[in-house]
Amino acid sequence: MAAQVLQKRDMDALFGVLQARGFRTLAPTVQDGTAMWREVADSAELPWGWRDEQAPGHYRLHQGDAGRCFDLVHGPQSLKNQTFVAEEPLMRVKRVDGELTFESCVPEPVPTALIGVRACDLAALGIQDRVFAEGEHADARFRSRRSSLLLVAVHCTRAQPTCFCASMQTGPEAKGGYDLALTELDDRFLIQVGSNQGASILSELPTESADCRTQERARRAVEACAESQTRGIDRSNLPGALYETDNHPRWQQVAERCLSCANCTMVCPTCFCHRVEETPSLDGEASERTRLWDSCFSSEHSYIHGKNMRPDTKHRYRLWLTHKLASWIDQFGTSGCVGCGRCITWCPVGIDITEEAAALMEKP
Amino acid sequence: MADPYALYPARIVDKSEESPGIYTYRLRLDDDALRERFVFEGGQFNMIYVAGVGEVPISIVSDPEDSHLLEHTIRVVGRVSGAIGNLKEGDVLGLRGPYGKGWPLETSEGKDVVVITGGLGCAPVVGAIEYMFRRRDRYGAIKILHGVKTPNDLLYRERFDEWRKHENTEVLLASDQPGKTWHYHVGVVTELFDEVEIRPDFAVVMMCGPEIMMRMAAQHLEKRGIRHDTMFLSIERNMQCGVGLCGHCQIGPYFACKDGPVMRYDRVAPYLAGGW
Repeated sequence: MAAQVLQKRDMDALFGVLQARGFRTLAPTVQDGTAMWREVADSAELPWGWRDEQAPGHYRLHQGDAGRCFDLVHGPQSLKNQTFVAEEPLMRVKRVDGELTFESCVPEPVPTALIGVRACDLAALGIQDRVFAEGEHADARFRSRRSSLLLVAVHCTRAQPTCFCASMQTGPEAKGGYDLALTELDDRFLIQVGSNQGASILSELPTESADCRTQERARRAVEACAESQTRGIDRSNLPGALYETDNHPRWQQVAERCLSCANCTMVCPTCFCHRVEETPSLDGEASERTRLWDSCFSSEHSYIHGKNMRPDTKHRYRLWLTHKLASWIDQFGTSGCVGCGRCITWCPVGIDITEEAAALMEKP
Repeated sequence: MADPYALYPARIVDKSEESPGIYTYRLRLDDDALRERFVFEGGQFNMIYVAGVGEVPISIVSDPEDSHLLEHTIRVVGRVSGAIGNLKEGDVLGLRGPYGKGWPLETSEGKDVVVITGGLGCAPVVGAIEYMFRRRDRYGAIKILHGVKTPNDLLYRERFDEWRKHENTEVLLASDQPGKTWHYHVGVVTELFDEVEIRPDFAVVMMCGPEIMMRMAAQHLEKRGIRHDTMFLSIERNMQCGVGLCGHCQIGPYFACKDGPVMRYDRVAPYLAGGW
């Protein structure tokens, strides 16, 4: 279907159509000084006029163009928590007359429309699909939540200094995997269709065919966003080159700055490490098993029989960066990094994955 | 929709003490259909769950031809294994599996097999040794080289004596430290290599033990002309899910739980005992 135009004044029609079809509608909103995904009733709750300012170890919100609702690029949350939840029940165990019973906790799908999904996060969702949904041991919880998502993407027209999606070829234009995709212009959105469901929703919206000028303006805005990106990763020698860096002095240098705080892994849209906690009842007759996000920067992550296989920050950072940029490709056929730049912004000391990767590719 | 974390009740049919703190359990899945379907190969592991405590990966040491009774040998070292150690016949555990890649037992038929182990336990390789002795005529010479730190660390003493009785079989033991009752070699396990003949083109090597020991052993054997792709190592890592989802057991680009635990030396060599 040819691209359509939706006037901004008609935007609530999109919320209305989605809600009439049984979707709860979520969008990024301003909360706690950043952008957080939250259920919203209509377009009034979108972050109109807000824009973010990101740099290594730096995040601030400012008032900008009051007529814009998607100028806020992103906050610490990706889509990860929508499918692979930070903390969720895995199983309930009960003991009845000496017999053990195991009840798997798999959530019922709740139709959920996410409005304002960025290209980097959409790419990350595709990577999570490979990890959790397409392997031999697919995770029922991930698949249940994933199947209930309707995705309304927004092609980025603003990039942060920390963004490097263009070099990772994941953005700023959403490359698919969405139902509908918007490009925000001054008074209107250009709408593109990415699925049959998207086409069906679009047919109920008060849109008109996009004229050439609107399409051209939208294309230019996204192009300019890509051109404005200054960071990048040279992937021409990956994954091989990183495997040759075992003893590179840079690992020790970055370890001296890294706090091992795990922020990078928490904000990363693809990091999937998790652990399971056991919570027995006081009488010992029942127990609940809970899955929680874990981080390869914790000392427990590689601990076995009194020994830490990755004993210090140098080895933990080496695993993390090598995994993101190299071994992920061997494991899942795709990079584990989408170039969202969150690990740079939310690192308390501003460690920059693009800078570290470049330094590691240089001969010491 | 399948749940990779789903557990199934399994009953302890028999518990025996191998050494103080080391027990072998025979487990039987309660569910008839599941028990019939259960097929495994030597060197694979199950996740074993104790209600209210947690789960650990334990290798299956019994024979793959009898998949109705699953034998697991555990050493009481941590919170979960400690809880397993307190269980008795008739108690019920949770079980899921089998997981991972096992030993190349079928493809090694017709060849000599050199088994090198170090340290305590080495349950993963005990199952492989018993498998071969139950089919002794299918294999060439079997040489078992086992190293311990002190004579007191020698477990399964009776098993070693039993294995020694088979024909065309050598069992060599080494202890780092001497002892009054130690009649074997004093030194490290790699020193035993000088006492055995290994035919590089006819031998398969199976190893289990600390990564540093396996790396030293592989480097010695390499000098003797053993090819990297004929050496197999059982890798022990922190495994919490067993199915390649939780991320803990990574060793270089591999997940020890699904690409291992038994891995070919040429693949895993760069990552052994190197903080990976």
